[in-house]
Amino acid sequence: MKMKTIKTCVTALISALLVLSPVAYADKWSDQFPHIKNTGDIPGECSYEAMSKKNYKGKTLKINTHAVPVMGEPTALHAEQFAKLTGAKVDVTHTPAGDLYAKAMVPFQAGQAPYDIVFGFSNFINDWRRYLEPVPKKYVEMKQMKDVTPSHIGVASWDGVMYQFPVDGDRHYLKYRKDVIDNPKYQKQYKEATGKELKVPTTWKEYGEMAAYFNGWDWDGDGEKEYGSAEVMKKDDLMYAAFYSRSAAYSKNPKTPGGFFFDLETMTPLINNPGFVEALTDWVAATKYVPPGGINFGLGDEIGSFGGGQTLFSFSWDDAFVAAMQPDSPINNKVGAAQLPGATKVWNRKTNSWDEGFNQAPFFVWGWAVGVAKKSKEHEMAFDYLCFFANEANHQADIGIGRFGVNPFRDADFQADVWTQIGWDKDIAQSYVDTLAEMEKSKNRVFPLRVPGTFEFNAALATAAAKALAGQLSPQAALDEAAKQWNDILNRVGKDNVRKAYAVGVAMEDNKQ
Amino acid sequence: MNFKHKFVFLFPGLFVLIGILIFPIIFTIRLSLSGWNSYTPEMNFIGITNYIRLFTDDPRFWESFFRLSFLSVTTVILQYVIGFALAMMVWREIKFKRFFRVIFLVPMMTTPVIMTVIWRTFFHESLGPVNDLLGGLGVKPILWLSDPVIAKFTVIIVEVWQWTPFMFLLLLAGLLSLPKEPFLAAAIDGASPLRKFVYVTFPLMAPISIGAIIIRLIEASKIMDTVFVLTSGGPGTATETSSFYIYIKGLREFQMGYAATLSFTYLVIMIISLTIIAKVLTKLMIKE
Repeated sequence: MKMKTIKTCVTALISALLVLSPVAYADKWSDQFPHIKNTGDIPGECSYEAMSKKNYKGKTLKINTHAVPVMGEPTALHAEQFAKLTGAKVDVTHTPAGDLYAKAMVPFQAGQAPYDIVFGFSNFINDWRRYLEPVPKKYVEMKQMKDVTPSHIGVASWDGVMYQFPVDGDRHYLKYRKDVIDNPKYQKQYKEATGKELKVPTTWKEYGEMAAYFNGWDWDGDGEKEYGSAEVMKKDDLMYAAFYSRSAAYSKNPKTPGGFFFDLETMTPLINNPGFVEALTDWVAATKYVPPGGINFGLGDEIGSFGGGQTLFSFSWDDAFVAAMQPDSPINNKVGAAQLPGATKVWNRKTNSWDEGFNQAPFFVWGWAVGVAKKSKEHEMAFDYLCFFANEANHQADIGIGRFGVNPFRDADFQADVWTQIGWDKDIAQSYVDTLAEMEKSKNRVFPLRVPGTFEFNAALATAAAKALAGQLSPQAALDEAAKQWNDILNRVGKDNVRKAYAVGVAMEDNKQ
Repeated sequence: MNFKHKFVFLFPGLFVLIGILIFPIIFTIRLSLSGWNSYTPEMNFIGITNYIRLFTDDPRFWESFFRLSFLSVTTVILQYVIGFALAMMVWREIKFKRFFRVIFLVPMMTTPVIMTVIWRTFFHESLGPVNDLLGGLGVKPILWLSDPVIAKFTVIIVEVWQWTPFMFLLLLAGLLSLPKEPFLAAAIDGASPLRKFVYVTFPLMAPISIGAIIIRLIEASKIMDTVFVLTSGGPGTATETSSFYIYIKGLREFQMGYAATLSFTYLVIMIISLTIIAKVLTKLMIKE
């Protein structure tokens, strides 16, 4: 009898624990919010459960975010959820990418706060930080923040102060059509035609050769022509990021730390050195193996082109890869991820000569970033919204949707299981997380330029590179023009101002932090 | 009655004039003498530094200005010729005259940005229907937006399509208001249609033609949305116009002071150029 009583008590206890466990929350909250149906709510300081206990009735939160879908869609979705949970009214304004900076900066400089929360790119940080409220300690010390990788904590912070709430993590890497590169028929055909192995390209030259070979014919048997590569080549549409990706291998020399964009000591622009010129020469050649009109591809076109199965290769943000891996994609589970290609030589600015030997440098390109306006009167609600946006359940659901533009930035994201659970093949998931994790460890990497006048520097480079791609100038002449403009900008902004800010980025590049 | 009282009635208009015209111009001039940008957000005074930079070290602005001149003059000439032809067509007694009058105006009634997005889709070099149709006829794909020369003509095509109806409307209104007597006299004299056009219609239409051309030149010289959506000024800088360049400097790079310098200089150049053009057109088209 006594034994029976104990058994009954244990059963009751287990039942009670089950009811109170996260699984029970999952049932409760995922019924109302199907977005988190895969995981349910995950306990935490900003979970659905925690937010439901907040009361912001009668208050309004104003958010300026990107256009739908990239980042705009998750912002609106989580705003709607947040409003339901807390009773707040949330107004979301959608703005094209090119206008995000100015739309926040104009009221910032005028001392106004039409938006409590402003979305932008993480490389705005140096210009925006004086107008942003630092992320309060209680959020910085939260469990969900502890899992953010050191690189992305660095991206969101300046001089140890976090100004941007991490909601996204970005880097450029290579995406390729696994069904072609691993196909024995094409491997044989390529060997016969070129005498070379068909494999995942490890250098930009190999990338170019393979892309040129697989350009302009129907290699996947869908009745349409396919092409070599989809790249962001449109001026003013983030093309300078693509150029930095192509330049890193030729110009980021581990033997000469202390600057990729400038020599930190002298603040001489390095963008017209032979390393960058080689990269631009490769890029001009790439205009021959992109789809027709590829020279005008912006990021959206690139995602659509590679994600739609039009090209063999692509390299840039995660979005094209995740889009390609979605169940409705024509190339679902037919793609692979790898580090950006490298080079067989790298420019040494100290010796003014090429160092022979393989070199590769990952590019931690900027990603979506978001901050709370210092002049906002709703700091607590604003940070609660951001914390809710990035809670574990929302984050896990968001990273699996390519069009959302939310990409891995937490250690937990680098587990293959996270991705196999949403339908990815195990080897693809493993190659993906290995690629991302490897970048975190690199001691020779490139971070985006985050100095005063960033926009001017990048725009000058983009214009010059675009002229070279269009055949208006030779690569050397184009980059000389850009370097001259960089010197002019340096003189206007002040070398010391730029040096001081650039030193922060250089420390991250050389992974000394 | 005190003579000075009449000035009281001028004040409302004067205030409006100062508020919407004089103040923005004076503010722009003051801004152009400052170095306001993202890292020094203040109305400091740097003298004519921005003007020196513009006149000695900014070939891109001048290139964009000459490109703009080519684009605006070409589009306006084409709009004038086509608009005049269409107006002449529906001025006559033809079947479905009212229908044609309405249909010719449709492009002008559409939203330029939306229509340019649609044109961009048409001209998309790998996915657009234009190259598909040409391919069906055995014509090689045309690099509508990727070739530096062809891209200029693509911009012209879209601008002509969008704004020819405006020219058509003004010219049709002009044709409908012409006196009948000169045409009757020409008919009695047995003048051919061509001679009637050359010696009667065209000279009578000259004043309204000059007005229409000047209005369209002013509008065309501000071309921005078509370039922004269709080509973003590319490939390279092949389709970059002055207003697009000023937009880049002001709202993309946030060089507000320098953008004000460009805007004010551009305004002065446009006032001078359009005054000269109006005088030249008057001399050429109106015979005393």
